[in-house]
Amino acid sequence: MATDPTPRRSARPEEDRKLAATWRDAKVVSVDHHGELGVILRLDVPDRVVHRPGQHYVLRLRAEDGYTASRSYSAVSAPSDDLVELYVEKVPDGEVSGFLAEVVEPGDVLECRGPIGRWFAWDGRSPALGIGGGSGVAPLVSMLRHARDVGHPELLHLAVSAWTAEHLPYREELEASGALIAYSRQKGGSRLDAAVIAAVADPGATAFVCGSARFTLAMESHLLSAGQPESSIRIERFGPTGEGDGDG
Amino acid sequence: MAITRGFSGRRRQAERDPRLPPGQYDVGKSWPVLTAEPTGRVDAERWTLTIDGLVANPTSWSLKELKALAARKNDGTDTYRGDIHCVTTWSKLDTSFTGISLDTLLEVAQPLPGARFVVEESTTRYRTNLPLDDVTGGKAWVVWEHEGRPLTREHGGPVRMLVPHLYFWKSAKWISKITLLDHDEPGFWEINGYHHRGDPWQEQRFDGD
Repeated sequence: MATDPTPRRSARPEEDRKLAATWRDAKVVSVDHHGELGVILRLDVPDRVVHRPGQHYVLRLRAEDGYTASRSYSAVSAPSDDLVELYVEKVPDGEVSGFLAEVVEPGDVLECRGPIGRWFAWDGRSPALGIGGGSGVAPLVSMLRHARDVGHPELLHLAVSAWTAEHLPYREELEASGALIAYSRQKGGSRLDAAVIAAVADPGATAFVCGSARFTLAMESHLLSAGQPESSIRIERFGPTGEGDGDG
Repeated sequence: MAITRGFSGRRRQAERDPRLPPGQYDVGKSWPVLTAEPTGRVDAERWTLTIDGLVANPTSWSLKELKALAARKNDGTDTYRGDIHCVTTWSKLDTSFTGISLDTLLEVAQPLPGARFVVEESTTRYRTNLPLDDVTGGKAWVVWEHEGRPLTREHGGPVRMLVPHLYFWKSAKWISKITLLDHDEPGFWEINGYHHRGDPWQEQRFDGD
């Protein structure tokens, strides 16, 4: 982490916007495997534009013949972090995620652009409720780190779920934060069901919901039933409609 | 631009389906859902579509009236068969939608000479902006069926817009109003960092592309 915990508010938003949209060559600084499930990449991005927690980066792989494949990944790092950290879930048969998880090593160079998206983005000043499923916790961890950085951990409440403890990225960090954690396929486990969501719903907060289509559909329905205003719910979905948990 | 060490790509350029715009992949039979707001809840019985703004004849239709109008028209313009492209890099090839051509609706509403842009608006208040030229001349539909079945709620049912030659965020789910304007008014994603027009063949994904 950098020493200055407050991300600078850009004095030149137009320039930053252009820079964020520009493809740059980022250097892979570290690669940490999350078992067989995913990989944590930390990147040194030249001319890094400070992101807001919740925003994403696009990574692009380029073959010698010019063929490219790109995918979006939420930033996990705090805005104050000098590096950009991304969590890449290994999608079955995934062309990009498989390569990132199996081939990429520190020192490699990856094309990237970002940060992107101004909707699923937390300002770090107003109350927020983060609800994430599986790898959908990634942007919420960025929010968590930022809330700590700015000295206002009380602004952010998190409720997350995964199949089992092994399936939850950033488990220790989430546990230490006091996040509500549900393991849906673990002995003695639980779910983020209507009652749990009713207990965490907060009409005064912005709700950030991130996960598979099935997960986010269930969560938004629980939130609406609990009286969370529709206009306060922001959603980041990935994956196909049907069989949900093969995310992204 | 750096070549990625060790990356050859599973889907070779030479074998690439020519229907795929640059940077897109084929999702096959699946159809991902992307929505940034809660899924719309629309009562098809009470739903109406309105065309207003710079038109001589502002008009609202119920779903029943739209279906009747499409049936009367009966000239084959009610169905689109082809490809759709999402900015998040998936494309769905050779799929079909049925509804009514926007041209048919504009024949009724009659755009005024000054009309140059449209804003689509959903029941969720989602908005997206387009040049009028992008929704006329057989390029846009209001649809209620996908592959012969009623559109499901998560895909914008009962009725959504379809502007398949642009990235799919330009095809508003749960469409309720189309307003013609003499100026461009950025919509939801256009304000939030995405491109104003969104042509997949030019990879107009984000602001600045």
